[in-house]
Amino acid sequence: MIKAILIFNNHGKPRLIRFYQYFAEDMQQQIIRETFHLVSKRDDNVCNFLEGGSLIGGSDYKLIYRHYATLYFVFCVDSSESELGILDLIQVFVETLDKCFENVCELDLIFHVDKVHCILQEVVMGGMVLETNMNEIVAQVEFQNRVEKSEGGLSAAPARAVSAVKNMNLPEIPRNINIGDINIKVPSLSPF
Amino acid sequence: MPAVSKGDGMRGLAVFISDIRNCKSKEAEIKRINKELANIRSKFKGDKALDGYSKKKYVCKLLFIFLLGHDIDFGHMEAVNLLSSNKYTEKQIGYLFISVLVNSNSELIRLINNAIKNDLASRNPTFMCLALHCIANVGSREMAEAFAGEIPRILVAGDTMDSVKQSAALCLLRLYKTSPDLVVMGEWTSRVVHLLNDQHMGVVTAAISLITCLSQKNPDEFKTCVSLAVSRLSRIVSSASTDLQDYTYYFVPAPWLSCKLLRLLQCYPPPEDGAVKGRLVECLETILNKAQEPPKSKKVQHSNAKNAILFEAISLIIHYDSEPNLLVRACNQLGQFLQHRETNLRYLALESMCTLASSEFSHEAVKTHIETVINALKTERDVSVRQRAADLLYAMCDRSNAKQIVAEMLSYLETADYSIREEMVLKVAILAEKYAVDYSWYVDTILNLIRIAGDYVSEEVWYRVIQIVINRDDVQGYAAKTVFEALQAPACHENMVKVGGYILGEFGNLIAGDPRSSPLVQFNLLHSKFHLCSVPTRALLLSAYIKFINLFPETKPTIQEVLRSDSQIRNSDVELQQRAVEYLKLSSIASTDVLATVLEEMPPFPERESSILAKLKKKKGPGALPVSELEEGKREGGGELNGGADRGNDMSAAASNASTPSPSTDLLGLRSAAAIGSAGPSTGSLLVDVFSEAGPTALSSGVNDEGFLRDLEPPTESSDSLLIEAPGESDSEDSAPPLPESDELLNKFVCKNNGVLFENQLLQIGIKSEYRQNLGRMYLFYGNKTSVQFLNVQTKPVEPLVEGGAQVQQVINIECLTDFSEAPLLNIKFRYGGALQNITLKLPVTINKFFQPTEMASQDFFQRWKQLNLPQQEAQKIFKASHGMDIELLKTKLLGLGCALLENVDPNPENFVCAGVIQTKAQQVGCLLRLEPNAQAQMYRLTLRSSKDTVSKRLCELLAEQF
Repeated sequence: MIKAILIFNNHGKPRLIRFYQYFAEDMQQQIIRETFHLVSKRDDNVCNFLEGGSLIGGSDYKLIYRHYATLYFVFCVDSSESELGILDLIQVFVETLDKCFENVCELDLIFHVDKVHCILQEVVMGGMVLETNMNEIVAQVEFQNRVEKSEGGLSAAPARAVSAVKNMNLPEIPRNINIGDINIKVPSLSPF
Repeated sequence: MPAVSKGDGMRGLAVFISDIRNCKSKEAEIKRINKELANIRSKFKGDKALDGYSKKKYVCKLLFIFLLGHDIDFGHMEAVNLLSSNKYTEKQIGYLFISVLVNSNSELIRLINNAIKNDLASRNPTFMCLALHCIANVGSREMAEAFAGEIPRILVAGDTMDSVKQSAALCLLRLYKTSPDLVVMGEWTSRVVHLLNDQHMGVVTAAISLITCLSQKNPDEFKTCVSLAVSRLSRIVSSASTDLQDYTYYFVPAPWLSCKLLRLLQCYPPPEDGAVKGRLVECLETILNKAQEPPKSKKVQHSNAKNAILFEAISLIIHYDSEPNLLVRACNQLGQFLQHRETNLRYLALESMCTLASSEFSHEAVKTHIETVINALKTERDVSVRQRAADLLYAMCDRSNAKQIVAEMLSYLETADYSIREEMVLKVAILAEKYAVDYSWYVDTILNLIRIAGDYVSEEVWYRVIQIVINRDDVQGYAAKTVFEALQAPACHENMVKVGGYILGEFGNLIAGDPRSSPLVQFNLLHSKFHLCSVPTRALLLSAYIKFINLFPETKPTIQEVLRSDSQIRNSDVELQQRAVEYLKLSSIASTDVLATVLEEMPPFPERESSILAKLKKKKGPGALPVSELEEGKREGGGELNGGADRGNDMSAAASNASTPSPSTDLLGLRSAAAIGSAGPSTGSLLVDVFSEAGPTALSSGVNDEGFLRDLEPPTESSDSLLIEAPGESDSEDSAPPLPESDELLNKFVCKNNGVLFENQLLQIGIKSEYRQNLGRMYLFYGNKTSVQFLNVQTKPVEPLVEGGAQVQQVINIECLTDFSEAPLLNIKFRYGGALQNITLKLPVTINKFFQPTEMASQDFFQRWKQLNLPQQEAQKIFKASHGMDIELLKTKLLGLGCALLENVDPNPENFVCAGVIQTKAQQVGCLLRLEPNAQAQMYRLTLRSSKDTVSKRLCELLAEQF
């Protein structure tokens, strides 16, 4: 079972947190800090598995992670999951994000937290894997999108400014998701 | 076209996020957030009804604020309101908020449950999925109560959409995990298994998680899944299926599902059906073959997916542990991976090999990779991988390679990461002890360990080396010589000083013949370290000094001078001061005889589980390491051995105890008084300080090192029913709980009055008893099986001393006041080798002892039998024969019970009937018994009738254990 899914950037800023077991809010933040501390000090070419930190359950749990450009995707899982399988799952999730957002970058995760949650929900549910077929997941997301559109009513205020900032040349998915430096300021948006 | 169009974001949200990101400082950020929270709060409270869009926008903002690590304490109600919206967008955001933010807030859960109920009934698959997601993500007990009945129906209904089925399967799994009692197995279970055959692979993916979990808990009910899983797996592996298109991941067909199928099979033993097994073996072979084929893609994802399946297949092969051919292939495959350039594969190969090493078939094959593993330990850049290598070395260690492995681990320790040093130290210590052929090697190894990683050598490790040295005469001289040499290093670790002080204090005389290590040289060497040490070590050294005075009278003036110096006798630390004062006095007052007795060499320690092993197990948790296989059944009695607390207690000094039995006899002062108190009654420790004895119990009792202390206490429940002539002394509150086998011991005496009640390696307790009417007399014989004295301290009836090999006798008079079911407890405490032994047994006094046999004719018997016809007057048990059905034996037992065995009463000659009256002071209880053996079925039916229901019940319980 997957106990938690954490996405944070190279500076430890959380971009998505999803716990499938109850932890109090401040504990969640502590776990993120601890996990970041454990993961960030590792070189890029070492292995992708390590024992969980003490807060999340210690050596009974494994942290399985991938590092894409500015983001760490960390899955905390128990011994019933295949390590390589989870690595593949992270890959599926990221590739799906990339399809849904068309060259996904950290900013997409920031500005569309709700969407990212929706996509994750199609992959993992209550800590168990729901679907691994990328086409199926994308189809679900597209379907939701159509429903949303048809319901209309949402002002089409542009988040275009946001996407314009992105440095989106992606020669190869997904190892090199080229995401602009996180410290780039978002240009001021047109006044409402 | 991207699935998420960028155009429909919410501008207010984007602006807010941008603002936050533009904040220059944490303070500015918090200020902006507080402003936004206030804004949202006022919007929610405002009179104007918010439209769905605004609500969604604000909820999204709250989610973002939560992500930044701020508590959100409002907005829940708004989110719940969104649930009842008809618009998907609003409903969806409401559910999202709830599954991220809501915990079991009972007030809200009811409202949420209502909304969920409506959505589940809506027959709109999208809404149903949202609701199921919410249940799965929150998974609270209330939700389980509300929906555990409904979800199985949705899951197996014929008209449920595939996507809903997927969600329902995982939702049910979640509920089963949180509240297994509420998910009732039923007709749906068999249909769930058949989901493995579902055409939609997504459904199979979701269902297999559910089935795996259910199979682990109820293997028998789900047995049929094995053959289904095998056939599904075989179709995937052989690519016979055509419906795999979308589930092919980088040219590997359905890797996730294959892994899960292989995991499911690991819940079961190898299939019994030959055809199924053949098919499975074929699958496993295909998977192993594929690993040798050239890759279809250079992408790492391809090899990842392929190897994920391969590793699961290998786990299954190891789990079955029955196909030598496959095991060898698996081992070779892992051997290849050990040298693979992918770090992940090396890591996983080391991990799998650890489990393989414990298999009989492959232990030798694993051992051939020792050089590679040692190399990994030395050269891997990644600490996770090095740790796995260390684990594997530990697992593959046996007598043939122990020296090499221990040497490698020791040399690795010099550079090892801090995070794993302590564990490494424990492992080295365990392997060194376990595979020590000559103990000088063991001593060398441990001293090296202290030298290299002294800071990480826990108490358990250095206690253990001392314990072993004390127990083995052949190594004592060598140990003394080696520590002496080790102490000569200019800087040596404090743990080395401790071991050195201890061993020289005991065995310094063995090397004193050499002028280079004459007594004074030894003393000066130890004393040169004294000032650099902490208080506990200094205290230990002081004790070593007094031992020196005994071993080498010529050092007495020097040592007395040291003790007399202001830095000792006026030390600000009360512990050190007291030791100095008392040792000084002891050395000047006591005669050499007394000194020799008080400061005698430590007696050997009783053998039991290594405390280090217990520590490693505690550290690693269950299942992390194959420790259990390594312990060779040394375990004794279970429980926590050698907790730190009792050690602290043992660290007290006997010398001072003999002179002034003051409450602060714990001269080392390692633990607080409370800890000492609790230490007293525990199982006793492995390692008792050389110089020490006197736990609190011995103190309260007044004198000696080794006490034998025993008291009887009335049973807790029926204390008024028995009168036992033996005082329950003040120690009764710290008596141990009855031994686990005490019930069994009690049962031995139901049908006999004499025998051995209890026996261990120290003590034997024999019993002789006689009963007349409601009175009884019991003789207890305490036999000392050792050659050492037990000194008694308490209770009048027993002589205050049990000589080695001797016996003492105690008489107990018993009167039965009324009927009872609990046997009285007998608590025995004594000191052996310094350790307090505390044993609680059940005294074999049972209600049937007060039987008076009654002879009667067949007619009378049946008349009385019929009179006792109230349901509660009868107790009946049907049980399997556990001792064979020899008629003579049965008769003896029934007679031993105390009642009369009536011949020619029962029309069936096979049956036995008995009658008797139980005599208590309060009343007499007539009892009738009927035992019907069924030789064919090897079963008995036992029926008891008596005028008192508790008596029938108790007799029935007692007797059912006898046949």
